[in-house]
Amino acid sequence: MIVPAVRRNTEASLLVLASVVAIGGYWLTSLSRSPGVPRHLALYGGVFVASYLVAHLAVRRFAPASDPLLLPIAALLNAIGLVLLARLDVAYRPHHHLAGAQLRWLVISVVAFVATLVVVRDVRALARYRYTWAVAGVAFILLPIVPGLGMTINGARLWVRLGPLNFQPGEFGKVCLVMFFAGYLSERRELLAVAIRRIGPIGIPEIRHFGPVLVAWAISVVVLVQEKELGASLLFFAIFVVMLWVATARPVYPLSGLVLFGGGAFVAYNLFGYVRSRFEVWLNPFGSPRGHGFQIVQSLFALATGGVFGTGLGLGKPELIPEVSTDFIFSAAGEELGLVGTTAILCAYAIFGARVFGLATRCRDDFSKLLVTGLGTVFCLQTLLIIGGVTRLIPLTGVTLPFMSYGGSSLLANFVIIALLLRVSDNLAVDNLVGGWTPGSSESLADLGPAGGGR
Amino acid sequence: MNRQIRIVALIALVLFGVAFVNLNWVQLVNAEHLANNPGNVRVILKEYAIARGPILSSDEKTVALSVKTPNEDLKYLRTYPDGATFAHVSGYYSSIYGRAQLESTYNKELTGQGGGLTMQKLSDQLFGGTTQGDTVVTTISEQLQKAAAAALGTHKGAIVALDPTTGAVLAMVSSPSYDPTTISSHDANADTKAWKALQADPGKPMLNRAASQTYPPGSTFKIITAAAALQNGLGVSTSYGPTGQFLPAQTTSPIKNFGNEVCGGDMAQALAQSCNVYFARLATQLPAGALAKTARDFGFGEAPPLDIPDVASRLPTDADLKSPAFTAQSAIGQYNVAGTPLQMALVAAGIANQGKIMTPRIVKEVRDPQSNVIQQSKPSVWKTAVPPDVAATLTTLMEGVVHAGTGTAAQIPGVKVAGKTGTAQTAAGQPPHAWFIAFAPADAPKIAVAVLVENGGNLGSEATGGKLSAPIAQQVMLADKQVRGW
Repeated sequence: MIVPAVRRNTEASLLVLASVVAIGGYWLTSLSRSPGVPRHLALYGGVFVASYLVAHLAVRRFAPASDPLLLPIAALLNAIGLVLLARLDVAYRPHHHLAGAQLRWLVISVVAFVATLVVVRDVRALARYRYTWAVAGVAFILLPIVPGLGMTINGARLWVRLGPLNFQPGEFGKVCLVMFFAGYLSERRELLAVAIRRIGPIGIPEIRHFGPVLVAWAISVVVLVQEKELGASLLFFAIFVVMLWVATARPVYPLSGLVLFGGGAFVAYNLFGYVRSRFEVWLNPFGSPRGHGFQIVQSLFALATGGVFGTGLGLGKPELIPEVSTDFIFSAAGEELGLVGTTAILCAYAIFGARVFGLATRCRDDFSKLLVTGLGTVFCLQTLLIIGGVTRLIPLTGVTLPFMSYGGSSLLANFVIIALLLRVSDNLAVDNLVGGWTPGSSESLADLGPAGGGR
Repeated sequence: MNRQIRIVALIALVLFGVAFVNLNWVQLVNAEHLANNPGNVRVILKEYAIARGPILSSDEKTVALSVKTPNEDLKYLRTYPDGATFAHVSGYYSSIYGRAQLESTYNKELTGQGGGLTMQKLSDQLFGGTTQGDTVVTTISEQLQKAAAAALGTHKGAIVALDPTTGAVLAMVSSPSYDPTTISSHDANADTKAWKALQADPGKPMLNRAASQTYPPGSTFKIITAAAALQNGLGVSTSYGPTGQFLPAQTTSPIKNFGNEVCGGDMAQALAQSCNVYFARLATQLPAGALAKTARDFGFGEAPPLDIPDVASRLPTDADLKSPAFTAQSAIGQYNVAGTPLQMALVAAGIANQGKIMTPRIVKEVRDPQSNVIQQSKPSVWKTAVPPDVAATLTTLMEGVVHAGTGTAAQIPGVKVAGKTGTAQTAAGQPPHAWFIAFAPADAPKIAVAVLVENGGNLGSEATGGKLSAPIAQQVMLADKQVRGW
């Protein structure tokens, strides 16, 4: 097979570039403080290169025909994130060790990545366990509510403490939910799409089919009320609504979802101070620059100080932004790498998203198609929510920036996501080569027709 | 499903595009505005990483300097070795309250951002070395400033001393004063506490009474009335018989003399005795607008172009001058007329300099860190107040004030002093403001000075310009004579 080899060589060379960014950035940061080679360069660079070498070799071995861009883009974003964390570590007094901790999580994440590739040989097999995913997803999401287990950090109850580790089960919950939705919808999509009535141009399916919408909505409301995090709540709900619409082409689902979520948000705005203050701060951050507006104002200062070319690595003051290692890592990039840097990061995310949605359109079976669409939606929506939030495009929510934010759960979940995407991509390439596997392959032709055709 | 997936992908890409546009707004279009927001600590940290240039007096004494601190964040601390003496000239440099006076107007130079780009600055910028700011040298002489402050003592008031031929401000004292060091420390709590106390102080120590506050000039304004008369056909020989009061047309309240004295005679006698009824009557004989024009020629109605904030002095208005009663009051420096001590010093300086008022200058030069002069202020004419012959006449009249009039306390043995007293009425029941403006030597002027003591100083309602302010002016001129040896 010639094609897979070319793809893997492309991947390898791009990973080399990402490693150059990781090592060069780390070195540059150190040069801003003192000349010479930083003490931990070999260890830091070694762990990074070794991790991605293992990941790459695993892809060569277990998914040789898969997309060559996804892993390098993840590596590039991860490299920038690590450089910024290393940069933040030395800014704090006493020094922090975020970069080291994140590298440990990278090693664990790569193990999970390889394990996913090894265990999941055909992604369609996952559809069988859809109800297991449903239970696991809901459990992960609701876990932080359990008294004695859940932890509140910065007002949001998204964490669970297990021994010495804090993790955000919601990060895994969303992956499980996407797998469940993909399984559920691929099985039921035709049923859900049947319109029994029409209101104007909008076809209305049987009322009981709205049940799942209500369930997803209920989960998001619980997250909003009990875990106090608007972003996570929106994310869980949006995944389902988007996937439902993709599966059925019935605009009534996203419309009713929008109405439900809008209503929920409106009630939340009036009931919960934290939602209200998020909105007020968004509209007028300089009204309380030392109060609720502090975070976003500091973020804007950092981005503006960076300007077009940035202050240069190690030469800004990103540590002035609260939560800069997690929610506001993008603002740190904006300060030290400038608009040039943030644009590059934005492009990386957009290309990643485009590759994923492109893969979804090429998938031949409903489950893979929906799974990839769902994962792409989660990835893009989460990225847009946090980037939009820290740049004051939309109200601030506390979701992580994939591959860049400090945090093990997020990195681990995102590595599982790329493993699944690479698996789908590899399955597809193999299918195309052998011309086999046909269930649902009439799909691509039918899709060219107009929307209201029951799909 | 592919149609929907493409739409989702398209929406996502559009949203990435919106995020990109928004980033351009934050990091490019609106960046400068946002980054320079006073709330952005980076601005301050960056500024404090600069070895801010010192401010020196004209005799090379340090007024303000920056010292390196062991503190990691704010690297340089601004201190003012003789803070209170120069506070209203130097201003302050506070991480919380910003900058004032020279610290503000010369911030660019002091932070090394002004003037030409030297090789040193270029290499500092390229290689991240410490930027060393430029040195600002004022025209204020430390010796004279201290002598003036000592002469004013604990009185509330102000002193401005100028070199009439160059416009250089030799001393500018405002009392009470404050120590800028107390609000320029790096201890935010201490700064805030000191600032609040200064703001709450009824003596308003942060107000620069010398240039930012106007007072009724009282009889010192008679010089301008005399100047207007001399230029409008009413010579020094214009005489009015001795009288105790003058009742202008259309009013029932007469102008009276100080202490209800009886006075009159020619212009020299009237000015020497500071005769209110004479100048009130003289003003009513002037063509419409003549008094206002002369006041404007002396710089009233316009803030003098100084490198620290100052305010315009107030002219008699056109409406005032339509009424004989208000004209009469304006002529003796009351009613709507108001002047800053700086303006009144400029009046004296203009007469001393043959009618030409030089632009007041408070900065002598700016030097780069290698002590090269990169900017130098040059004498220039600000106003031509009166022709030379009128200036000469006024000088003679003012010499009479000091020789045998209300200003004898300003005499200096062996030196001809020209001056004018002023005792300006303030609010009812309040002691008067005591003024004295002067220059010396009258035949070859070296210094022009204005002294103002608010509300009678320690003499209360007994205070007059002659008793209270003339001796202070005399001390300042004497000190300058010793310092500069004329």
